[in-house]
Amino acid sequence: MREKIVIGLVVAAALLLAYNLYQIFLVLPDEALQGAIYRIIFFHVPAAITGMIGYFVALALSVLYLSSGNFRYDSLAASVVEVSLVFSVVNIVTGSIWARIIWGIWWTWDYRLTSALVCVLIFSGYLMLRRGIDEPTQRARLSSALCIFGCIDVVIVWKSIEWFRTQHPGPVLSIRTGGGNIDPAMEHMLYMNFYAILMIAVALVLIRTRQEATSREIDSLRRLANAA
Amino acid sequence: MRSLRQALFVAGKDLAIEWRTKESLNAAAAFAVAILLLFSFAFDPFAESTRETAGGLLWLVFAFAGALVFNRGFARELPNECLDALLSSPLSAASLLLGKALGNFVLLLVLELISLFVFGIFYDVRWWLHPLNLAVVCALATWGISIVGAVFGALTVNLRLRELMLPVIIYPLLIPLLIAAIEITGTLLANRPITAYELLWGRVLVVFDVIFTALAMALAETILVN
Repeated sequence: MREKIVIGLVVAAALLLAYNLYQIFLVLPDEALQGAIYRIIFFHVPAAITGMIGYFVALALSVLYLSSGNFRYDSLAASVVEVSLVFSVVNIVTGSIWARIIWGIWWTWDYRLTSALVCVLIFSGYLMLRRGIDEPTQRARLSSALCIFGCIDVVIVWKSIEWFRTQHPGPVLSIRTGGGNIDPAMEHMLYMNFYAILMIAVALVLIRTRQEATSREIDSLRRLANAA
Repeated sequence: MRSLRQALFVAGKDLAIEWRTKESLNAAAAFAVAILLLFSFAFDPFAESTRETAGGLLWLVFAFAGALVFNRGFARELPNECLDALLSSPLSAASLLLGKALGNFVLLLVLELISLFVFGIFYDVRWWLHPLNLAVVCALATWGISIVGAVFGALTVNLRLRELMLPVIIYPLLIPLLIAAIEITGTLLANRPITAYELLWGRVLVVFDVIFTALAMALAETILVN
């Protein structure tokens, strides 16, 4: 059943992505001020939103693990963080490419860039911590605690750096601005690509969770064999 | 109240051990002086631009040297199963964590005082111009570093790669706190007046301390006992 869901998601994401790529590169016109490079926003923003959603899903799963002790929540949290980290890196890389063309620099210490980097560093630490612990219960417990601290820290970083430096363009989505900052056709395409990227993320999480559960089974069998 | 008394007892025990052995403080102070010395080769110690970044240099020294203190906090309880004995005593996990954080806090403050004297001499920075303000910033930021250090010192105490993992985990978490401390300390060392901007950063310090102390207390059982 899980395999069918994954295949269904991947096929739907591929079809939607193909349609989106056609629209983004062949139908939508260039942006008046930025030219063709503005198209990077269709990957940059959805990757950022997907990554952030993932971290807060991982926070909820970590709390669930700590309250229930069910390893499925831990496997799911680890998978979600891993996939979110990939999308955060996509977000930073695409942002850097855009900044090089528009600002003439690869990086600036702007609040959004800094908070995105802090996110990547915190959750890279989360994955490193998991690799550093062999005992499954200890690994799940400690990484859940780190995930909770990490998510709270991301919120504090986001708010504190907001008062510090700002060079990043302001919000464009109507949901935050009330409209008027982006052409409706472009905004529609941004949402469409978000759905495609979200479906890819969910499919990756499902695949990764299965691998995580399998590795835990192998680990417990190895322990049984060693104990015998 | 009973928890606070237990925490003070743990902190007193740690400080008494440290007073006798001086293992963390000597290493951390030597490390702090070495970093300050190295910074003098990276920047011109008497240039105006270095004075502008003095707050940043100081807090980097405190944070780096602090990691040596946190590493020892729980690690000194490992020989002779002392950590297990502490956990099986009537002491609550939250009191133990709070006590360790208090111990870290006092040791870090001593380290900061030593570093400030050295910094004043090496870099000709007059850090004593606003002693009360500087003391408040140091106390707030040091408490944040201490509580995060205690939590993650406890989390990583049984890991093979403890010395490697601790800095990798705590420095990204400390970023908002360090930014706030650097901003306010920079203003104080440059003898500029405190404005609404610095007060805003002061609020970040307070918010960080309150949230992370509350989280640490709430998760103490999870981190230490289960």
